[in-house]
Amino acid sequence: MLYYKEKIIFTNLCVMCGIVGIYLKSKKFEKSLGDMLSKMLVSMETRGSDSAGVAIYKSDKNKIYKYSICLNKLSFEKFKKEINKKVKLTSIDKNSDHVILKSIEKPVKILPILQNFKKISLVGYGKSIEIFKQVGKPSKVVKKFNLDNFSGSHAIGHTRMATESEVTTDGSHPYSTGEDECLVHNGSLSNHNNLRRILKKNGSKFSSDNDTEVAAGYISDSLKKRNLKQTLNKGLNDLDGFYTFIAGTHSGFAVLRDEIACKPAVIAESKDYVAISSEFQAMTHLPNINNARIFEPEPGIVYSWGKQ
Amino acid sequence: MILDLKKLKLRSVNEILQNIDRKKNKRDFVILNPEGNHAICAGLTDNIDVTIKGHVGYYCAGMNQNANIIVDGNVGTGIAENMMSGKVHVKGNASQSAGATAHGGTLIIDGDASSRCGISMKGIDIIVKGSVGHMSAFMAQSGNLVVCGNAGEALGDSLYETEIYVKGKVKSLGADCEEKKMSKKHKTKLKGLLKKAGSNIKPEKFKRYGSARKLYNFNIDNVSDY
Repeated sequence: MLYYKEKIIFTNLCVMCGIVGIYLKSKKFEKSLGDMLSKMLVSMETRGSDSAGVAIYKSDKNKIYKYSICLNKLSFEKFKKEINKKVKLTSIDKNSDHVILKSIEKPVKILPILQNFKKISLVGYGKSIEIFKQVGKPSKVVKKFNLDNFSGSHAIGHTRMATESEVTTDGSHPYSTGEDECLVHNGSLSNHNNLRRILKKNGSKFSSDNDTEVAAGYISDSLKKRNLKQTLNKGLNDLDGFYTFIAGTHSGFAVLRDEIACKPAVIAESKDYVAISSEFQAMTHLPNINNARIFEPEPGIVYSWGKQ
Repeated sequence: MILDLKKLKLRSVNEILQNIDRKKNKRDFVILNPEGNHAICAGLTDNIDVTIKGHVGYYCAGMNQNANIIVDGNVGTGIAENMMSGKVHVKGNASQSAGATAHGGTLIIDGDASSRCGISMKGIDIIVKGSVGHMSAFMAQSGNLVVCGNAGEALGDSLYETEIYVKGKVKSLGADCEEKKMSKKHKTKLKGLLKKAGSNIKPEKFKRYGSARKLYNFNIDNVSDY
C-alpha cells in the first residue's frame, strides 16, 4: 500500500490549499494577532484563491456565548429584527456579510433556532471562537472583514483551492462542528463518504459535501470521549488520505500530518509565539523570525500547544 | 555582486545568474532576503559562486549545472532537483525530496533532510550530516547517498544501483534493499565523499546498503502482488 501511495506522490504537486496558524505564548503580540495572521493568509494566496477563512480565539472571561453567522444574502436589519424576537441577545455585531451574535443563553437552546433559520449559515460558536469565511481571493477576504484589526490569543486560517466540492461559503474552511472547535486541512481524504454516513448515524450534522467537514465532525464526535491528542492519534487509523491538519480548541491548537506526509508544513517556534504554515514564505514578516526554531513536523506525530 | 530580493524581482535575479556577462566576468554573487521564495537559482549553467543568505522555498538550485551554490539557511521541497553538475551546500535543514532525480554534482546538507531524500537519483552524490526521513533513495538508480545520522522507514525501496551509506540506525529497509559488505574499495570511496563535505568521520563507522536485484525481472512468485 505504501509503495503505491508513494508512486502517486511522485507526480503529485505540493500545491493544493494553504493553511496557517499562530499561537501566542505571551500577551505581547495579542493586539497584532490579526495583522500577523492576515499577512500569512495573503502570502498563501498562491496555494488557493477560491476562498479563505479564519478562526480567531479571543476569550472573554464571562459566560457569554458567541455565534458566528454568515447572512448570505439576507439583510442585516431583517435578521436582527427576527432574531430579537426569538433569542435574548447581549449584543449583535455586523462585519460585512457576517454577524457575531452574543448571548448568555446556552447553545442547546440557541443552536436549533439558528439551524432552522432559513437563508443563514451558522459557521461556528463557542465562548472564544469567531469565524469569518467567504469565497474570493484571500487578500479580498482579509479586506472585507478587516481581519488585520483583530486581536486574540490564537488563530487559524485557510486559503482554498477547491478540488472535491463547491466553491461556496459552506465549502470554505475553517470548519467548526463543536463548541470552540475548528479544523483546517491541506490535502484530501478518500474515505469521507463512508465516514460521513457513520457519523450521520451517530447524530452528526453536515452542511456540505466537503471532506474536511467530515474530518471536523469526526474530531468533534471523538472529543466527547477523548482529548484532542488521543483523537488525532486515533484519526491516523480512521482517516484515509493525504493531509496536514490544524485543529483548534479554546486553549490552543494541534497539528498532524499523515504518515505518508506529502502535504507540506513548517513550524516556527520562538519564545513569544508558535506559527505554522504550508510554506516558510508565509512567515517571513513575523517578529524575530530569523531567531525562531524552524522545523518540519514529523509525519504521524501530533504536535500541540496550549492546554489540550 | 549583491542581489537583494527586497529590491529586485526573483525573475530578474535568476536572469542575471543564468546569463553571465562574459566581458565583465563577475562570478561571485550574494543573494539577500530570499524570504522563502521558490526556484531561486534554478537553471544556472555557468561556473559561478552564489551564496544565499537566509531560508529558501521550493526547488532552489533546480537543474543546476556547474554553479557552486551555498544556502545559509533551511531549504524547502526539492533542493537541487534534477541537478546535472556543480555543488549545492545547505547549511540548515532540508525539506522533502532533496536531490530528486539529479544526474550529477554534489549536494551537501549540514542538518537533517526530511522524507524522500534522493528519490529517483540518477548519479548525484548526496551527503547528509544529519538524518533522513522515510522513503529516502526510493527508486534510486545511480550515485551515492551518505547519511551520517539515522534513516527513516523504507530506506532504498525499489532500489536500482545507488549505493547508500548510513552511520546511524535504519528504521527499516524498503523492498529489495539489503545490507552489503563494505570492502576496501567502498571505504576509499566513502572517505572521498566525506572529505568533499568536510567531514572526517571514519568510513568504518558506516554500513553499506544496496539493491538485492530481485525486482529487476518478473518473478512468477510475485504475481499476486501486481
